[in-house]
Amino acid sequence: MSNPFSKLDKVLEHSVRLQILSILIVNESYDFNSLKEALELSDGSLATHIKALEKEKYILITKSFVGKKPNTRYRLSEKGRQAFKKHIDALDTIIKAQKK
Amino acid sequence: MPNESKYEADIASIRNMMERTSKFISLSGLSGVLAGVYALVGAGFVYFMVHFPRSPLSYRIETIQPFDTVMKLMGVALAVLVASIGTGLWLSSKKAKKAGVKIWSASSKSMLINLAVPIVSGGIFILILLMNGHYGVVAPACLVFYGLGLVNASPNFYDEIRYLGYSEICLGLVSAALPGYGLLFWSLGFGVLHIIYGSLMFRKYDR
Repeated sequence: MSNPFSKLDKVLEHSVRLQILSILIVNESYDFNSLKEALELSDGSLATHIKALEKEKYILITKSFVGKKPNTRYRLSEKGRQAFKKHIDALDTIIKAQKK
Repeated sequence: MPNESKYEADIASIRNMMERTSKFISLSGLSGVLAGVYALVGAGFVYFMVHFPRSPLSYRIETIQPFDTVMKLMGVALAVLVASIGTGLWLSSKKAKKAGVKIWSASSKSMLINLAVPIVSGGIFILILLMNGHYGVVAPACLVFYGLGLVNASPNFYDEIRYLGYSEICLGLVSAALPGYGLLFWSLGFGVLHIIYGSLMFRKYDR
């Protein structure tokens, strides 16, 4: 049997990134400030995690303006959706194995 | 190797984030119960104003009423609506404050839009019905459009709201077939159903 730990996604092992993806699973798109509020993070810390997810192409970014304020929205990419699912399945397997 | 609690905490935080960011979890069950009570008080008021001394269970055949009576009925309905929304906002903001979450968030915005599309179109439709004197189908139309609004916004609420929506739609359709029982069905839909679902939600989420 393959080791379930090897199926965990290295990028998503960080729980903030996992939480960002879980928000984007249930919301079609989400903006920077709302993410910041939901996760209770500072601008800098959220931006770092966003960059990591962006680098993996797990999330898509749309930049626009609401009046004069810049409004950056994030969406989940298909790749991100699959990575999330695979990671959750791996978590599930690990927890079940440890409960036995 | 990390221990299992880290993975279980991850799963728990995912569930928590999904719920907190997509659902309007501050909705207070108690405000549903009170909205139901206001509706019953309003319906009782209308009964004594228009139908008394006939039995509230008797089927009315005539529908046309003087226009000033219609205006009074609208006034009562408006008072019930304003009191219910006011109570809902007050109790929900209290609940949100207690839970340390903001009442005005991305999820409450999307909830309002989802709710407003069927309800505002229904409201305009009902005003047109009133202007043309189709009084008999006004109460059923209120129930059906309100139910559609709830079903449409149900992804933003706890599950009970979707069932409340379905119940309102069914009640509205039955009521449309029996227009002489309009006030009775209106009281069932806006009064009794709100009290039932409100107390269910209060027991499940508010305590």
